[in-house]
Amino acid sequence: MVFFVGELISALKLGSIYALVAIGYSIVYSIMGMINFAHGELLMIATYALWVFMNMGIGFWPGSFLAIALTVCAGILIERIAYRPIRNDGESVQIISSLAVSIFLESMCRAIFNASGKALIIPAYFSKTFKILQTNVSVIDLVTFILAIGMTAAVSIFLKKAKIGKAMRAVEDNPTASDLMGIDRDKVIMAAFAIGSLLAAIAGILYSGKYTSFNYDMGFMLGVKAFIAAVLGGLGSIYGAVLGSYLMAVLEVFFAGYLPDSITAYQTVFVFMVLIVVLLVRPEGILGSSVKRS
Amino acid sequence: MRYTYVRENPVFRFLFVVLIPLAILAYVHFGTDPYYETVFVLFLVNIIPCAALNLTNGITGIFSLGQAAFMALGAYISSLLTLEPKTKFAYMPQIPEWLGNAHFPFWAAMLAACVITSLIAVVIGFTILRAKGHYLAVITLGMVIVVKSLLDNASNLTNGSRGISGMEKYTTMPVALLCVIITLYVLYRIRISAFGRSMIALRDDEDAAASLGIRHLQIRLLSFVVSAFFAAAGGCLWAHLERVIAPSLFYFDETFTILEMSVIGGMATLSGAIPGAAILTFIPQVLADLSNGFTIFGITVPKISGLSSIVMSIVFILVIIFRRGGVTGNSEYIVESMFSLDTYTGLFRKSTYADLKQSLLNIGKRNRQPANEESVKEDRK
Repeated sequence: MVFFVGELISALKLGSIYALVAIGYSIVYSIMGMINFAHGELLMIATYALWVFMNMGIGFWPGSFLAIALTVCAGILIERIAYRPIRNDGESVQIISSLAVSIFLESMCRAIFNASGKALIIPAYFSKTFKILQTNVSVIDLVTFILAIGMTAAVSIFLKKAKIGKAMRAVEDNPTASDLMGIDRDKVIMAAFAIGSLLAAIAGILYSGKYTSFNYDMGFMLGVKAFIAAVLGGLGSIYGAVLGSYLMAVLEVFFAGYLPDSITAYQTVFVFMVLIVVLLVRPEGILGSSVKRS
Repeated sequence: MRYTYVRENPVFRFLFVVLIPLAILAYVHFGTDPYYETVFVLFLVNIIPCAALNLTNGITGIFSLGQAAFMALGAYISSLLTLEPKTKFAYMPQIPEWLGNAHFPFWAAMLAACVITSLIAVVIGFTILRAKGHYLAVITLGMVIVVKSLLDNASNLTNGSRGISGMEKYTTMPVALLCVIITLYVLYRIRISAFGRSMIALRDDEDAAASLGIRHLQIRLLSFVVSAFFAAAGGCLWAHLERVIAPSLFYFDETFTILEMSVIGGMATLSGAIPGAAILTFIPQVLADLSNGFTIFGITVPKISGLSSIVMSIVFILVIIFRRGGVTGNSEYIVESMFSLDTYTGLFRKSTYADLKQSLLNIGKRNRQPANEESVKEDRK
């Protein structure tokens, strides 16, 4: 029982990180119909920015806010430079462009900060632990979970109530009609990227704060896994992304925890098996409605 | 026959596409030091998986990022077959007896690697080719991750993440050149056959193609499997050139490098593989020297690690935004000239030399005269 609770808690904290990243994929996909492969690199940008700010002597909190702001700017800039010119082109062009951005950001990061791992020192009160059902839980895990749920709620309220949020839903529903109603699509897409980058920045800081050490390629694999989570839950739906993230984290953690060690090494194989099975059985995901764009 | 443009003239085509490249390769092979020869052989080897990738990504429109996975399979299978038994037992004491004692000649090992890899590709393709677009891209990327994970963990077959070394250097310039020519010829014949036209039809309009009776899965699978076959051949040649293989060498870096070659060279053509491979092989070599720091006009540029990947990714973004067709655009000029009989028979016709002279004189004139009607009539006779 104790082992089960422990596994469940570690699944929840991993799922929270996935959820924050997956929402970003989901929002951008629902509005532009493209998958931003460079989304994972935003986590890297946020983490490295925070590391630089903290080395400059700015404290953790102001540093985090600056890092998040910088990441949002980076997200908007990436959209402006690399995605706007190819917005109406085929899927393969979009994939290539976002991969190119991803490779560029990673190699820039490696050139500036070299390939060795860095450590982020977060304030001590984050690593205090308390017990839930005889299992140690640190403060940062709790913060991660609360932030993931809170940000999901905030984003869904934003999409329902705010004017630009309503515009985003309109573009998602019918791009042509929303153009005719005078909705500025550039602004809407920019807002989508800003929200996605914001969430990715938060996820990046929480992730590297939790695991303390990070590297220039931290973002890519995490981004791919979050994408799979978003597909599992239903790409294009925010609740789907969150549900998929937690489900995937539970599958992944329990796979590693309960099966014998000789199989556990194939964890990544298992993750992609999940993706293939989902795409064969239910391509629209668990919560997704029928696939809109073919 | 009358050739209006210089580039259409058989003599020019023979010079430009066949004779000069062969002369350069022969010069490098016989003349200079082994380092340059290795670079040139690497260039030739890179053409093979890149042309294979163009068949799936550009011509069939199934966007695959998994070329490195098939290269890895080809490299590992062929290396396990060509290595000396005692080397194999030294690396992997747990290797099954029959495999440990298997010792094949290079060509047989290469063929076996290609065939086994394409059988694996049939199974994989049958499940994943129902997915499209972004999904397929992520699944094929997953293929790379999965293959690396398998190679890392099946250590009694692959020596784990430490890899294997000690293969004989079978990949010499003539071997690589022969393989490139065979690959390009086979892919070109597929491209101009009914299969190839079906592939292009599927890429351009899937529904219209389906309405004409083109079977999606069958054509896609064919393209995917042929691509895997030649990717494996590329991996095999690569392994016997570098003579050291490890799972980490066939990971994201390799798959993205092949993709960059394919996109920069021109994804929709097989010819694109040649300039693409040349750019992605030679420029990083130049940049590697520069990235150790250099002085220009009295300004010392410090050491930049990974300069070539930065430069290449910028080129990559610029190409995709401003010149989507890559270097070759949609022109199949290089491969077409290489394998058209006219290029070779034209050398023995007197009229082609006269035409060459005429069209050389016409260079730069604004209104080039199209072939006049009389000569067209003559041709028909």
